[in-house]
Amino acid sequence: MPRSIAPWEIERKLLVKAEDKTSPRYGCRPEERNAEAHIRYGVINLDKPAGPTSHEVAAWVKRLLGLQQVGHGGTLGA
Amino acid sequence: MTGVLPVTLEESTKIVQALLYSGKEYVCVMKLHGDTTETRINEVLEEFEDTIYQRPPLRASVKRQLRTRKIYCIDFLEMDGRNVLFRVDCEGGTYIRKLCYDVGEALGCGAHMQELRRTRAGPFTESESIVTFHYVAYWFAEWQQQKDDKILKKIIQPMETALALLPKIYVRDSAVDAVCHGASLTAPGVLSVEAGIGTGSMVAIMTLKGEAVALARAATATEEILGMNHGVVAKAERVLMPRGTYPKCWKSGEI
Repeated sequence: MPRSIAPWEIERKLLVKAEDKTSPRYGCRPEERNAEAHIRYGVINLDKPAGPTSHEVAAWVKRLLGLQQVGHGGTLGA
Repeated sequence: MTGVLPVTLEESTKIVQALLYSGKEYVCVMKLHGDTTETRINEVLEEFEDTIYQRPPLRASVKRQLRTRKIYCIDFLEMDGRNVLFRVDCEGGTYIRKLCYDVGEALGCGAHMQELRRTRAGPFTESESIVTFHYVAYWFAEWQQQKDDKILKKIIQPMETALALLPKIYVRDSAVDAVCHGASLTAPGVLSVEAGIGTGSMVAIMTLKGEAVALARAATATEEILGMNHGVVAKAERVLMPRGTYPKCWKSGEI
């Protein structure tokens, strides 16, 4: 059976249907967000240490940064 | 277990869905309960490079029903006595502990998972952007002191990086706010679309500035989307951008 392709091995071509410009008056490029917005729409690529659960580590981040909520992308056991 | 754990901050938490089902990669030490050859181990590992059945363990917080998971790739790395080091690329929600147990059964001697490190979660890898908690704490304090926003970029990535593996649909400015209100994306709003989208695929609706507008389900495939002049292209599942970021452009008859 041919092996399945991992999601990061998929190459996707971008196909253009129509052309248009985006107005500088609205929105903001992710790279140009101010600190507050960068945090509010941010993700930390964290190297989880052994010991605590994923939930506990996320809670540490929440407390450290003084946030209202955090989530994580898939439980890694203790 | 250690390794890549993407932590979503505040509003970014809305994208966890996209990460949970994304692929994962682990490096694992499996301890065999008997002696066997490298050849035999390679043979068995190759058999598992397929869709496998798993029932979540007792301690898992999911329904304990039998389910299938894809193992994209298993690579034997090295062996030292009864310790076997291997790398595995798999679908999210695959229990590596159970995989080791099953490999042990297939080998005949039995085995258990000794140690596990996640080296990839979706688009996140052990690359430059990975940071330890200590690093985060240190540089966060530095940022609060120095007030240099560039420091934050050392520890925090934009939410959009988490969506790197999702197929994208780029839309006109005029189509954005409707989607932010939960309206379906219709054909006239589409500027470009990535190949390989099928009906029901999860996609990311993006502005030309590269901002994520919403996570959505494609109502139709890439080829149809390119040819359509009207009709629903995708239904928003999770709106990410606040309403009013882009102006309301809802005119009857047009977008």
